[in-house]
Amino acid sequence: MDYVWAFVVGGAICVIGQILLDVFKLTPAHVMASFVVSGAVLDGFNIYDKLIEFAGAGATVPITSFGHSLLHGAMEQADKNGLLGIGIGIFHLTSVGIASAILFGFLVALIFKPKG
Amino acid sequence: MSEKFNQEQYNKTIKEYQPKPALFGNCMKAFLVGGLICTFGQVLTELYMNVMGLSEKEAGNYTVTTLILIASLLTGFGVYDKIGQFAGAGSAVPVTGFANSITSAALEHKSEGIVLGVATNMFKLAGSVIVFGVVAAYVVGIIRYVIKLII
Repeated sequence: MDYVWAFVVGGAICVIGQILLDVFKLTPAHVMASFVVSGAVLDGFNIYDKLIEFAGAGATVPITSFGHSLLHGAMEQADKNGLLGIGIGIFHLTSVGIASAILFGFLVALIFKPKG
Repeated sequence: MSEKFNQEQYNKTIKEYQPKPALFGNCMKAFLVGGLICTFGQVLTELYMNVMGLSEKEAGNYTVTTLILIASLLTGFGVYDKIGQFAGAGSAVPVTGFANSITSAALEHKSEGIVLGVATNMFKLAGSVIVFGVVAAYVVGIIRYVIKLII
């Protein structure tokens, strides 16, 4: 059942993205930026955690979870260190994604030739 | 050959070349591919939890890293762009799309050199995600912090 909800919720988030692309004529970069902001705002109301509990990877794999993780890391540190903690913790949970994307992206760019 | 025939023939011919209003089809493709990527993520997460005995959070980190590695490699082989043409937002919205935007920007500018080409252009597309994410998280974070102080 976990797999079904991951599929349905993850797919539904992508459909919202597709509607933004086709109907509102946004570029993919605009869609991704809006989704990250939405993730952070939804987490601000504690909604995104419930979605993750319900859908698992269906909510953690889409880029919206990036905004959610940014805020989550920030609030964890803000509880300990006050306002400065937001800056300390903001990349705490997302650094693994950013670091691996930089590393693998760089290595692939060195090894492969551009196509087309 | 009558004029009407020509007109009909013409309409028939151009129909193939006109962009079709395929919103429903595009959404179905996005749903299918996006859903499959997330289901694959769920499979990986449970695999890491059960085989390596990790907590759900740790397994999530491994899952994201694995997905990013796969997406970078597929971008290098030129496969991810083909998936993207089919799936639209279905392959752009998951975290794999983030990795794809970094790798493809790096590859595209390889001819300009490793420092000025690959490294400086890497975040050409993905940079907006990080900038808006950080700004939004700061704004929401400060609001929540202040509300917490008051209450």
